[in-house]
Amino acid sequence: MTLQEGAVLADAVTAPKSRRRGRIGRTSWILPSYTTLALVFLLIPIVYTIVFSFNNSIKSNISWRGFTLDKWLNVCSAQNVCQAFGNSLLIGGVATVVATTLGTMIAIALVRYRFRFRAAISLLLFLPMATPEVVLGSGLASEFLGAGVEPGLLTIMIAHIMFCISFVVVTVKARVSSLDPALEEAGRDLYGSPGQVFLRITFPLLLPGIIAAALLSFALSFDDFIITYFNSGSVQTFPTFVYVSAARGIPAEANVIASAVFFIAIVIVITQQLAAAVRRRRLARTA
Amino acid sequence: MAGAFAEAGADLELVDLHKRFPGFTAIEEMNLVIPAGSFFALLGPSGCGKTTTLRLVAGLEEATSGRILIGGKDVTETKPYQRPVNTVFQSYALFPHMSVIDNVAFGLRRRGISDAKGKSHEALALVELDHLSARRPAQLSGGQQQRVALARAIVNRPALLLLDEPLGALDLKLRRQMQLELKSIQDEVGLTFLHVTHDQEEAMTMADTVAVMNKGRIEQLGAPEMLYELPRTAFVANFLGQSNLFTGPVSGTTATSIAVDVEGTRIVVPKARAERHTGTVTVGVRPEKLTLHTEAPEVDSSRNLLGPGRVIDVSFSGVSTQYILAVPGAGTVTVFAQNMGVGPLVADGAEVWVSWSVDHGFGLEDEAPPAPRFDADTDTATIAVQKKRALMSELEEA
Ligand SMILES: Nc1ncnc2c1ncn2[C@@H]1O[C@H](COP(=O)(O)OP(=O)(O)OP(=O)(O)O)[C@@H](O)[C@H]1O
Ligand SMILES: [Mg+2]
Repeated sequence: MTLQEGAVLADAVTAPKSRRRGRIGRTSWILPSYTTLALVFLLIPIVYTIVFSFNNSIKSNISWRGFTLDKWLNVCSAQNVCQAFGNSLLIGGVATVVATTLGTMIAIALVRYRFRFRAAISLLLFLPMATPEVVLGSGLASEFLGAGVEPGLLTIMIAHIMFCISFVVVTVKARVSSLDPALEEAGRDLYGSPGQVFLRITFPLLLPGIIAAALLSFALSFDDFIITYFNSGSVQTFPTFVYVSAARGIPAEANVIASAVFFIAIVIVITQQLAAAVRRRRLARTA
Repeated sequence: MAGAFAEAGADLELVDLHKRFPGFTAIEEMNLVIPAGSFFALLGPSGCGKTTTLRLVAGLEEATSGRILIGGKDVTETKPYQRPVNTVFQSYALFPHMSVIDNVAFGLRRRGISDAKGKSHEALALVELDHLSARRPAQLSGGQQQRVALARAIVNRPALLLLDEPLGALDLKLRRQMQLELKSIQDEVGLTFLHVTHDQEEAMTMADTVAVMNKGRIEQLGAPEMLYELPRTAFVANFLGQSNLFTGPVSGTTATSIAVDVEGTRIVVPKARAERHTGTVTVGVRPEKLTLHTEAPEVDSSRNLLGPGRVIDVSFSGVSTQYILAVPGAGTVTVFAQNMGVGPLVADGAEVWVSWSVDHGFGLEDEAPPAPRFDADTDTATIAVQKKRALMSELEEA
C-alpha cells in the first residue's frame, strides 16, 4: 500500500540517527546480512515491476524480450488500462473529498459536543476497520442488490466513502482532542465570529491531521480490491483490472502505471521532507 | 463597539451572579460593582473561582443565573466576540501557527481597524518584545509568551481588560517593571482593569480596590489599606498578610470598646473596629504592631498585654526578624520586629511579654477556624503546594 510505504520512508528519513555505536563482535556479519536479505526480499517485486515496464512484450509480460520505452510513451494503447486507472483516480478523488469532509465534521462533533449515542457512534465508526473486507464487501453488495441499485461507479464510491470515513474520523479525532480549547476561546475573545475562529484557528491547527487523513483515504481507496470487486459490476478499477488480466498475462502498460504511482509517492515524500527542512531552517534564521 | 478603540473604560456590574458546574458550585452569589477606569484586583487562593468569574465576564462561560452589565449594558446573553472585553489568559493561549506579530494583530484585524501591523508593533514595543515579532510562540520563553499575551489584549484598548494572573511567570524584577507598565497603561488610557492574582503584594500595590475571594464568594472588598487595617473575617486576616487571632467571650463593654476574655487575659478592642460586640468574638492584631518586652511592663489601659510566654523560634529575614512565641492560654503569637539595632532583641527560649495599642486591634465577624493558618505566599513553591493540595482533594472527592 502506497501510504504505508510512504510512512515507513518518512520514518526512515526523520528517525534520529543513533550516535552510540555498538562494539563490533565476532557475529557482526549476522545483522547486516539479515538486513540486506530482508531488503532484497521486499524490493524484488517492486524492482521486477519497474524493470518489466520497459519490456518489449507482445502479449504476456513474463519473459524478457528486450528494452523499449514504447510502453511508457503509449501507456493507453493497451485495452482498458487507462480507463481502469482513470476510474481509480476518480473514485479515489471523490471518496477522499467526501470522506475527509464528513469525517472531519464527525470527529469535531464527537470530541467537542456531548450528545446522545455519542459513545455508540464512536464504536460503530470503528467497526468497518475491524470487520474483514470480505464481509463488508459482500454485505454491501447484497444491500445494493436489495435496494435495486445498479452496481457501478456510484456503488464503488459509496463503499469507499464508507470505509474511508472511519479512518478519517480516527485520524482527525486525535488531532481535535489535542487542540487546546483555550485557543478558540482566545479567538472568540479577540472579536472572531464563530466562522472566523474556525477558518483562522481551528482549521489551520487541524490541517496536518486532515491532510494525513486525506492521503490515507486516497491510498486506501486507490488500493482497495476486495470491497470494490464485490460492488463494481462491469466497471473496472486499476486493482480489479490487474487481477482480471492476471489470468491472461498482465500487459506491460500496467507495470508502467504501477511504477509511475510508486515514483510519484516517493517524490511526494521527498518533497515533504525537503519542505519541512527548509521551513525549519527559515524559522531558525528568524530566531 | 466594532471599528473603534474604547475612549474610556466602562464600569462592570455583576448582579446575583451564580455559576454551577455539574456537581460543583464555582460562584455562590456574586454582587460586584467595578467603577469605570479603576484598577480592581481579585485575590484569592487556588480554586476559589477567580478564573471562572473572568470567564463569565468574558462570555466564555454561561452564568447559571444573574446578570452581567458592562458600561450599563446587559451583556449576559451576548457572545464573547460582541463584548468590549479582552482577556489575558492564565495559560496565555497564543496561536501556535501564527507569528508573534500576527497573534497581536488578530483582534485588530477582526475588527477591521486600520494599520493593525503598526499598532501591533507599538504594543510589542511596550512589552519590549518588538525584536521578536517574527518568531512563533513556541520559540519564546514562558515570560516572553506571557508578555505577548498581554500585548495581544492591550492592543485592542478594550473598555474592560481582564487579566488572569498575567505576571505569574515573570521573575521579580520583570514583574515589578510590568506592574508599573500596566499601571501606567491603565492610567493613560483610563481603561478598567480586572486583575486576578495570587500575589497579595501585587494586588495591594497596584489596585484601587481589592476583593478577597474564598470558595466562590467575595469575603471582603475595599481599598488595600482598609482591607489590611480592618479585615472582617479570619480568612481575610490571614490571607492578606498575617494576623494573630484570639477567641473568647465578651466580658465587658464600655461606650467605645469591648473587652474579650481569652483564657483569663483581657484583650480590649475599640467598638468601631469590631464587627460584633457580643457573644464569643475573635479579635486580632498584625504581627508588626506588637512590641516585645523582656520584663513585665507596667499595666497601661491603652495597651493590651500578653505574657509571659516563651520564644520558640527566631527567623531573621533582612529588614525584620520574625519571632514566634508560645503564650500559655493564647497559643502561638507571631511578632515582626524591625531590625534597628544589631542582632536579635531576644534569643530562642527567652521569657517575654508582648503588648500592643488597643487602637491597633480588630474584631472579626466570624470565629477563627481551628485549621492551620493559611499563609498567602507568592512564591511558586507555595502555589505548587496549593495546587497539589487542591488536586489531591479533588481526587479524593472523585
Ligand atoms: N468546567 C468545569 N467543570 C467543573 N468544575 C470546574 C470547571 N471549571 C472550574 N471548575 C471548578 O471551579 C472552581 C474554581 O475554578 P477557577 O478556575 O475559577 O479557580 P481559580 O480561582 O482561577 O484558581 P487558580 O488560582 O488555581 O487559577 C475549581 O474548584 C474548579 O475545580
Ligand atoms: Mg485561575
